Amino acid sequence: MANAVEYNDDVVKKFVIACVFWGVVAFLVGVVLASQLAWPELNLGLSFTNFGRLRPVHTSGAIFAFGGSALFATSFYIVQRTCHTRLFGGEALANFIFWGYQFFIVMAALSYVMGYSQGQEYAEPEWHLDIFLTVVWVCYAVVFIGTIMKREEPHIYVANWFFMAFILTIAVLHLGNNLAMPVSLFTAKSYNVASGVQNAMIQWWYGHNAVGFFLTAGFLGMMYYFIPKAANRPVYSYRISIVHFWSLVFMYIWAGPHHLHWTALPDWTQTLGMAFSVMLWMPSWGGMINGIMTLSGAWDKLRTDPGLRFSVTAVGFYGMATFEGPVMSIRSVNALSHYTDWGIGHVHSGALGWVAFITFGALYYLVPVLWKREGLYSTKLASWHFWIATLGIVFYITSMWVAGIMQGLMWRAYDAFGFLQYSFSESVSAVHPYYVIRMLGGVLFLTGMLIMVYNLIQTVRGPARQSVSPMMAEA
Amino acid sequence: MPTKIEKDSVTGQMTTGHEWDGLKELNRPLPKWWIYIFYATIVWALVWFVLYPSIPGLHGYFHGTTGYSQRSAVDQDVAAVTKQRSAYMDRVKALSFDAIRKDPQLLAVAQTAGKIAFANNCQPCHGAGGGGNPGYPALAAGNWIWGGTLEDIQQTVTFGVRSGLDAARNGQMPRFGVDGMLKPEEIGQVAAYVMTLYGKPGGNTVAGEKLFAENCAACHGEKGEGKREVGAPRLAGRAHLYGDDEATVVAQIKNPRLGMMPNWNARLDEATIKSVALYVHALGGGE
Repeated sequence: MANAVEYNDDVVKKFVIACVFWGVVAFLVGVVLASQLAWPELNLGLSFTNFGRLRPVHTSGAIFAFGGSALFATSFYIVQRTCHTRLFGGEALANFIFWGYQFFIVMAALSYVMGYSQGQEYAEPEWHLDIFLTVVWVCYAVVFIGTIMKREEPHIYVANWFFMAFILTIAVLHLGNNLAMPVSLFTAKSYNVASGVQNAMIQWWYGHNAVGFFLTAGFLGMMYYFIPKAANRPVYSYRISIVHFWSLVFMYIWAGPHHLHWTALPDWTQTLGMAFSVMLWMPSWGGMINGIMTLSGAWDKLRTDPGLRFSVTAVGFYGMATFEGPVMSIRSVNALSHYTDWGIGHVHSGALGWVAFITFGALYYLVPVLWKREGLYSTKLASWHFWIATLGIVFYITSMWVAGIMQGLMWRAYDAFGFLQYSFSESVSAVHPYYVIRMLGGVLFLTGMLIMVYNLIQTVRGPARQSVSPMMAEA
Repeated sequence: MPTKIEKDSVTGQMTTGHEWDGLKELNRPLPKWWIYIFYATIVWALVWFVLYPSIPGLHGYFHGTTGYSQRSAVDQDVAAVTKQRSAYMDRVKALSFDAIRKDPQLLAVAQTAGKIAFANNCQPCHGAGGGGNPGYPALAAGNWIWGGTLEDIQQTVTFGVRSGLDAARNGQMPRFGVDGMLKPEEIGQVAAYVMTLYGKPGGNTVAGEKLFAENCAACHGEKGEGKREVGAPRLAGRAHLYGDDEATVVAQIKNPRLGMMPNWNARLDEATIKSVALYVHALGGGE
């Protein structure tokens, strides 16, 4: 073993706490929104509780507050250990990143409920918040890349490739999509430099790659550490990791136009977006193969380690969603699926099944290690979390499949004389039962989350570790 | 940590010899099925680039060997469905309402067309089945402001109400309060009288009746029976457009809400508008 290094785990702990907190907030708002869709009276007739203002609180809360905090926590934890060196830049910079990012989240959420939005999906905060986030993000890049540069290992571990791709690309995307001219220095209102279909294309170049680099590359980095670690097995194939890393980052950046099929976007751009989306299938599955097959020789651990069960199930959902995505990107399939709840279901099989589950797996691993506890307070409760949350996802995505395909079919149905068979409002009332089922799925997912919160709090409150268990020997 | 290639005892694969925090990697070759499917998707994409519009240039783009165009694809779809509809809709357009109603099959088709057009265009305001909403007359109950014959309905739907067209139903009501035509207490008196017209006795109705006769009766009629030529709603008896409580009546006299309805000829063709008229007329309030 190499010399012991004193890692900066303080900032990791802070981000873990933030991640759990924002997870509860984001899932709770999600349940509120799902209920509003089923029963519109729950908008309550108040401007700051209506669907339009709460939706970005949910999406930003899930992606950037919950997912972002998870990425900060795990990337800081992993980069220190796999580079065998303390975080670059010192305590103060790390703490600035933590508090700066949390401040951004709170300000963004407040601005949404107050009615401020620049109307770019997943990039709703106005220009002054965008500038502030840029500062925080540059600090993050400096700390992460600085740590890699002063590493004491000869090679850079695959998880860190993915984290670096995530950090750099998000910086470029954030700057590109938020280029806007403020109305004045003292107003929150601004106008994007691009307009019309160019604006839409830049928006979905951003939006799709927020999925590709924030929600995929970043979380693949997480996967590449915690699955081999928890399984105590070598990564299945180094060669797959190289080929799927480079093909994934090269292909993803082109796939955005598939969000704009059958719009004013030129035909050629749509074709390119569709073709690159289909070519993304195997690069995405490379990650799935490496995630699942790393368990070769350690499948029995799925029975005993609920954290690992979350991680591996996450990779399963990742594989499913990254097959569904290319299928939905095909123009003729998209003609049916676009604007329907199928899209919402697809996003949530990624967000709940992949992003949240891989995060839960990491949290169940990290909390006992970071707080130096013997182990989890209760693996039984973690098992309950697993099954309740999985059932919630099944409710969610199956109801949205049915609702989405039904909407798509109803909208295009003609009667014998060539008239539309159904009105739009009929398609709205037809999906009502599925909206209720979706809401129940969300309630189950939130319930599982609350069980985890209790379990993690009890773990932290429990006795400190006496002996060194083999799993945590490195901590 | 120095490179140290080992053999993994479980799989028999060699490691790459690197290690990070106890993590190692197997140097396993790429799975054949994986890389071949990857190649296949690349070949498929290249074929697609040749067949369909794909590569941009400085002046336009490569249109693909199929010459596919989304714009012409949708034009073809629209043309096909228009042709299918024309079997009946040409006759709906050409014939008078009387002639259509004498042909039960044609009437049924027109009402089917009208039903879906109503549901997608009119229902958001007028309610399912023409049930009405505050500010939007209940068509099924026959609360006509501009008339409930087939021709009246066709006229209203075609040009709209206060839609900005000269041919629209352009009724106006003065702002009695805002423009100082009536004092606040007078408005209260008129409102009290108006409420007696539909059986809600109020305060000083004698003064109100006089004010009503001087200011309102010209359009709304002596007994509040309404006048369709100017689109003055009937005040007596029926459910009111915006509500029949005192506050609503006072507000309407003070600063009238003048709702508008779009001219649907900007969106629907003549045969469809006639079909809508036939459907609406048959909802229960037709005259």
